[in-house]
Amino acid sequence: MLLSPYPTLGERLRVGLLWAWCAMVLIYLVTPLLIPIPLSFNSGSFFTFPLAGLSTRWYEVVLGTERWRAAIGNSLIVAFGTTMLATSLGTFAAIGLSSPRFPARQMVMPLLISPLVVPIVVTAVGAYLFYAPLGLASTYGGIILAHTVLASPFVVVTVGASLTGFDRNLMRAAAISGARPALAFFRIMLPLILPGVLSGAAFAFVTSFDEVVVVQFLASADQRTLPLEMFTGLREQLSPAITAAATLMMTLSILLLVVANLLAARARRRMRVLPA
Amino acid sequence: MNEHGSQLVTRESRLLRGAETRAGVNDGGWRAMSSRLVPRHEGTRALALAAPLLVLLIVSFGIPIIALLSRAVYDPSISRALPRTAETLRQAATEDPPGDEVFAALEADLKEDQARGTVFEFAKSLNSRLSGARSQVLKTARLLASGTSPSRSELIDAIPFWGEKQTWSTIRGGVHGFTSFYLLSALDLRWGVNGSLDFVPAGEAVFLRVFARTFMVAALVTLATLALGFPLAYLISNLPLARANLVLVLVLLPFWTSILVRTAAWTVLLQKFGLLNDALIALGITSERLELMYSRLGLIIAMTHIQLPFTLLPIYSVMRSISPSQLRAAHSLGARPLTAFRRVYLPQALPGVMAGCLLTFILCLGYYITPALIGGASDQLISNFIANYVNVDLNWEMAAALSFMLLAFTLLLYAAFARFLGLDRFKLV
Repeated sequence: MLLSPYPTLGERLRVGLLWAWCAMVLIYLVTPLLIPIPLSFNSGSFFTFPLAGLSTRWYEVVLGTERWRAAIGNSLIVAFGTTMLATSLGTFAAIGLSSPRFPARQMVMPLLISPLVVPIVVTAVGAYLFYAPLGLASTYGGIILAHTVLASPFVVVTVGASLTGFDRNLMRAAAISGARPALAFFRIMLPLILPGVLSGAAFAFVTSFDEVVVVQFLASADQRTLPLEMFTGLREQLSPAITAAATLMMTLSILLLVVANLLAARARRRMRVLPA
Repeated sequence: MNEHGSQLVTRESRLLRGAETRAGVNDGGWRAMSSRLVPRHEGTRALALAAPLLVLLIVSFGIPIIALLSRAVYDPSISRALPRTAETLRQAATEDPPGDEVFAALEADLKEDQARGTVFEFAKSLNSRLSGARSQVLKTARLLASGTSPSRSELIDAIPFWGEKQTWSTIRGGVHGFTSFYLLSALDLRWGVNGSLDFVPAGEAVFLRVFARTFMVAALVTLATLALGFPLAYLISNLPLARANLVLVLVLLPFWTSILVRTAAWTVLLQKFGLLNDALIALGITSERLELMYSRLGLIIAMTHIQLPFTLLPIYSVMRSISPSQLRAAHSLGARPLTAFRRVYLPQALPGVMAGCLLTFILCLGYYITPALIGGASDQLISNFIANYVNVDLNWEMAAALSFMLLAFTLLLYAAFARFLGLDRFKLV
């Protein structure tokens, strides 16, 4: 950090100021994530410190009352459906794209990535106006379909990255040894790219589990998810139950994304040992 | 270089060229062999593997968005509700209000709509183009339902709405189905009675202000993330790798938490009797509690927090590749610290800064959740207006026109991003 081995006072001061500024920025970044955690264990119903006392009453509300439980159940249904659909379709698409003979790549890639580019409200309104006459609005299927659109780019990108180091000769060797394509895929390719696939699956799960805008347009009362319950709760009246729900959601998504990133790093390492 | 030397070079290059040709032959041979190893329909098979996802994306994403955008320019509600009027207007009648023939067609159409029960739908869709039209149309329908068949002048006398030029230019604008009305409205423009393009009166103008506000908030948030993120990225990129990763985790934790959860955390913090106000008073920065919820300042504080990692990470990835010894070299050559930073470091970090800022700016244009929960009535951005037109006003054509504008701005900026910076150079995860 210091420019010279014998820094002047001015230089020490500049580095000190840089550290102080960065410490402030880090506090700004992290504090909002930490604050809801103690508040969710507050026995009182206000958002102030010091806490009135410790209790798990707000977790009992979130995990115990019918309304919140239904929301958690719906979130899990939608997120699992999305994960299955996005991971399978995204993995196959990434395998297809990794072939050097893939036609019209220049046109296909932008389409695959476009759900990340289009503003979420445009995607949600488009889906709502299109799905409603088809009877897909207010169904789990419609929400899963829309979430798969949002989640699939992450799967295509992570699986694609883990395929860059995959030696396609292994598939030829399997074919020469008499394996049908499906067997070669499950016995040779999938085990090698599994960290990438699982990482993509975790990204897909988190994308769906955290999503609220599409759900707001597509869901009826029967498909209310945990984020939608939080969104309406924040709009109507602020209850500490929201801090408990936020803590649960935050824990889940951070855990999953840490796993996803570790898996992705592992996929990169694993591919590095193979000859390119 | 002497003659001999240049000859040598020529000979060498000829040798090289020969080697190239040989390599070319070899390469061709290999290619021929490997193409025998690759199954003949490899390309088709690769496309078939990607096909399910492509079909899903086209059916459940591409077509819905095209259908949405087409609503902005194609709205057959008027020509469908008034088929005879539309037909007569298309054939003749240049002056407004038109002649007896058109009025007879109008009365017949409205009677039929009343009988079919679609007159309210028509009144609503005319109202979305011309405010106040709903009650006038419904009043006319009631009048006609009572069995009377007024002449042109009788109808204008009874309901002066039908004698106004604006009424007829609006209907005329809708008889073809294709209309520029909504796209122009999204920019606060409309066709005047004599075919000129005018701004709508100041009292009715909404959208230019909303676009300006959206761009303003996006610019402020981008600047704030840069001011906070640039020094931090610099610090992290100069730390030893193990410690850098530790600090980077503190940046990534908020990045991995959903926007909704972070917005929820900020609604708790920004309350009048919330922690931020407590801290400000304890530090003596303010003496009375600030109204941060439902304010522009609160919105920008929360959005900056959410966007900070998006600005920081591309800057960091570029800074990581700049050797710290360059600054030391500049310093030892006599450059003052600021000069060394400005002349040596900043030009190399600039692509990262541009990428981070552009990304944050683009993402800010599409913000919806945070303004809806933390912004006040005058802090709602363009996405919130789109959602409102769908959920509350049920004016899908207007929502479509605003979506069109938002998407156009977003795609233009992404195109600039890809053109000047390259999309795959900056990885976020």
